[in-house]
Amino acid sequence: MDPSLFTRSVLLVAEKNMRIYYYKGAVVIFGLLFPFLMFLTFFIGRNLNLVLFFPAFLGMMLFFSSSSTGPLITPWEKREKTYERLLSLPVTLESIILGDILAGALFGIVITTIVWSAGSLILHLPLAHPLLLAVTLILGGFTFAALGTLLSSPAMSNPSNVMMVSNLIRLPLIFVSGIFIPLSQLGSWAWTNEVSPLTYLVDLFNGAINGNAVYPAGLDIIVLVVVILLFIGSAKLIQQYNLSKGI
Amino acid sequence: MDIIKADNLSKSFGSFRAVDNVSIAVKEGEIFGFLGPNGAGKTTTIRMLTGVLTPDTGSARICGIDINKHPLEAKLKMGIIPENGTVYSDLTAEQNILWTAKFYGMDSISRKKRADEILSYLGLTDRRNDIVRTFSKGMRQRISIACAIVPSPPVLFLDEPTGGLDVFSRRLVLDTIRRMNDEGSTVFLTTHNIEEANELCTVISVINKGKIVATGSTERLKKTFDTTKYVEIAFEQPVKKEWLESGGVFRVENHGDKWRLYTDDPDPAVKYLAALAEREHLKIISVATSTPTLEEAFVQLTGGA
Repeated sequence: MDPSLFTRSVLLVAEKNMRIYYYKGAVVIFGLLFPFLMFLTFFIGRNLNLVLFFPAFLGMMLFFSSSSTGPLITPWEKREKTYERLLSLPVTLESIILGDILAGALFGIVITTIVWSAGSLILHLPLAHPLLLAVTLILGGFTFAALGTLLSSPAMSNPSNVMMVSNLIRLPLIFVSGIFIPLSQLGSWAWTNEVSPLTYLVDLFNGAINGNAVYPAGLDIIVLVVVILLFIGSAKLIQQYNLSKGI
Repeated sequence: MDIIKADNLSKSFGSFRAVDNVSIAVKEGEIFGFLGPNGAGKTTTIRMLTGVLTPDTGSARICGIDINKHPLEAKLKMGIIPENGTVYSDLTAEQNILWTAKFYGMDSISRKKRADEILSYLGLTDRRNDIVRTFSKGMRQRISIACAIVPSPPVLFLDEPTGGLDVFSRRLVLDTIRRMNDEGSTVFLTTHNIEEANELCTVISVINKGKIVATGSTERLKKTFDTTKYVEIAFEQPVKKEWLESGGVFRVENHGDKWRLYTDDPDPAVKYLAALAEREHLKIISVATSTPTLEEAFVQLTGGA
């Protein structure tokens, strides 16, 4: 396969997704409003240190915004009957999946960068490792965009059903990743933070901004890269299976 | 040269065998009609030929390129109008066309020029900046065609392109197919509209229950059934069916106010009918002999499925 043809197909799938899905109500609600509302719900009246809390908020913002477009795209296209047209263009299943992930990741990275910039200006946030912050934004964006695409992979053609299932999976991740509930208060459930990729993203943000990460940055990065590969591989297997069954 | 070549394609969904060992060879410049009743396997076959579905067994080549081994390269050689595949309704007519053209590596000047040309030909220049969601079904189908022909592909796949269209849109689709063929595209058309296939296609394959049951030129297919002819006759008075079952007639059908008498030789049948009319004092309103149409050949090939 010609790599330039493949790259072009990935970029064009992403371009289409950016033109169409960034403005959909579900993306705006679950990608932008939802994390802000959750932040306000947990922050107001709890006397938290906003500077210390900000890396966790960024993690949550990147998590929600990156994973908000993915669950919508494939079910929406199946319902609108544009999926078959897309498949008939010079694309492969891999380029569709990567194009979907790229669009989701860019959405999350841009939104979170804006939030971080605003936060830095208003709160005068520290920045311990600028390069690590860039790596964190990119890795986090791709990790949770891949999660979004994986969530859209089962054979569902109703976007609202997929959004419901996706929130059923995304919301518990917020609570087991030490964002709102301190890990010390998770008790016998504390082990769950280690299986949540969000924990490693928040840890990277903490390391990049405040310089006080729990795990070594290298470990966080390896975990997120492995998770990205796992999500992409699973999404491909599921979508390939669906296609072979004609669904 | 066979520009489309499929060898022993098979595809099953669970225990249902949708396509069973289908082989197809389409020569450059042909308009190839792929006919079959609903559920015969037409769409599954076209999906395998265009790389949307992977066959269980067999292979397909477009312009000599294996669609399963080199899907991107093979798809660059084709434009496709999928049966259920509509265009993006959140984009404008022009955005749909320009975005599609980018996949084929056309530069921005060629894309714009070709889009202008196609929109003008399809009568959509005034609506180029309108969101497709506001378009009628016929107009959406025209945009779908525009997207398929924008790269001037060597091979054009059309899956039931005129289904549900009004007369004007249907005519425009058929004219576009002819035009693309004149400009050098080989056309692979699936349809269950016999009239359409008869009008357009140079070669036809008939598929039924997943298997190819006949392949040939439209005239050759008709001739396959040339041994069977019929006499069509209308009387002013009512007649009994059994009166007509003589004179070498082996089947009698009532078609409105006419009777259709199938026979291998119309001459004794016509003579018998003339004698019958005289004996029973019947007035003949009309009488005609005919060979089967492509539609009748199709019905016989597919067992009326």
